[in-house]
Amino acid sequence: MKEEIIIAGFGGQGVLSMGKILAYSGLMDDKEVTWMPSYGPEQRGGTANVTVILSDEKISSPILDSFDIAVVLNQQSLDKFEPKVKKGGILIYDANGINNLPSRDDIRVVRVEATRACMEMGNSKTYNMVIMGALLEVMDYKLPMENVIKGLQKSLPERHHKLIPLNEAAIEKGRSLVK
Amino acid sequence: MKEEVRLMKGNEAIAHAAIRYGCDGYFGYPITPQSEVLETLEEEMPWETTGMVVLQAESEVAAINMVYGGAASGKAVMTSSSSPGVSLKQEGISYIAASELPALIVNVSRGGPGLGTIQPSQADYFQSCKGGGHGDYHMIVLAPSTVQEMVDFVTLGFDLAFKYTNPAMILADGVVGQMMEKVVLPEQRPRRTEEEIRKQCPWATNGRKDLRPRNVVTSLELESAKMEVINERLQARYREIEKNETRWEEIDVEGADYLIVAFGSVARICTKAKELAAEKGIKVGILRPITLWPFPTAAIEKAAQGKKGVLCVELNAGQMIEDVRLAVHDSLPVEHFGRLGGIIPSPDEVLVALQEKLIK
Repeated sequence: MKEEIIIAGFGGQGVLSMGKILAYSGLMDDKEVTWMPSYGPEQRGGTANVTVILSDEKISSPILDSFDIAVVLNQQSLDKFEPKVKKGGILIYDANGINNLPSRDDIRVVRVEATRACMEMGNSKTYNMVIMGALLEVMDYKLPMENVIKGLQKSLPERHHKLIPLNEAAIEKGRSLVK
Repeated sequence: MKEEVRLMKGNEAIAHAAIRYGCDGYFGYPITPQSEVLETLEEEMPWETTGMVVLQAESEVAAINMVYGGAASGKAVMTSSSSPGVSLKQEGISYIAASELPALIVNVSRGGPGLGTIQPSQADYFQSCKGGGHGDYHMIVLAPSTVQEMVDFVTLGFDLAFKYTNPAMILADGVVGQMMEKVVLPEQRPRRTEEEIRKQCPWATNGRKDLRPRNVVTSLELESAKMEVINERLQARYREIEKNETRWEEIDVEGADYLIVAFGSVARICTKAKELAAEKGIKVGILRPITLWPFPTAAIEKAAQGKKGVLCVELNAGQMIEDVRLAVHDSLPVEHFGRLGGIIPSPDEVLVALQEKLIK
């Protein structure tokens, strides 16, 4: 098993923390993991991305040309990373704010109405967990939910542990959005 | 604290490893991309557990001179910075080397010259391995490629620094500093007691309670005949370090047609390029120097035998390649590939460079 994933969007959408929760969940499932962020003078509104690799084997390069899965949360990221999805790979995108739709037909394109779902659930802060639910649903590697919960426990400071059930519900919502 | 498996950034790993080593003092000044070292130490507050001092100095120059002072008293002390900050420390490093003191210096390097960029770079190879400061001296230079090695090399760096009473450097880059990976943190070691320091560091200037002869720590010797003796002693020690402490890793070197030499995070990008090359029927081996000084000259000479060419991949305009060329004595083509100013090449780019420069 090896999943090479890029998650990209605006700073403030929870891209890096979603990657961190994913990486921690993989670690809890006894996998090798790397989490490589784009870092720089980034701020809310700028772009951010993170490469997460989950593998049974030792991971070579943390920097990649192409990905099994790209999760893109804005138009710039879609334009940049759609061409970098491996043939037969998966592109997950949130319809909100996307004007130019993905056009490749040699990959699986998954449209997730996460922004709308969050508005319905009344909590925009769980946005990245709705997206993560969709990602967990489509990944070939089936990460056991109990390890995702452990990943959340490890990633979140203890004072936020009361929010874990809310995050779990958001993940389940995200799973249900995948058609 | 027991052994523990965690997910963390390379910079955070340096901080945790320092505490668990039983480090006595950290003196630093913030600079991207290594500020998390100081931040993590301040979060962990080791002064309340192990008694380790953590101090944000007023400048990089102050920090390295605090390290100089701490080292002179036999304490396990360190500093960390990134390229422009490490330039500021060079005078202090030369003094520490000349005074024959152990210390650990971490450079999570970024693109230069000047203030440059905050993105990863390996353009400090010359500075780290060929001096940086003035005079004939060497640091032991360790180049980590994983977050685990960031942990392991804190221990190794301190151990070697004390074994040879010589400063050691961890030369990392922004990739290893900012990336998170699984790490196994070692069990907490106690800080050495004053008695242990007296026994292990008879040269330390730590008070004459026992009325031992006076110790003097200085880098100044105005009498040239004596200064030559000091230099000869340093050189003899460097030869001993070269003999005992040269470290490197080889991946599928035997049976390969081409050899890639790369260090740090770039070696991992090259390992992926090697996998891509294998899919095209091109057999590539990787040699990763772990100690940049002492440099694995003999290992490279041996690994290059029978190969069609060597590609040196570095995040600079060609620095380590000089040492690789010296190692193989022009016996085969040696080419350089690198990106500058903070750009990291992708595995594909490395493969294309190999094909264009060596296979044609």
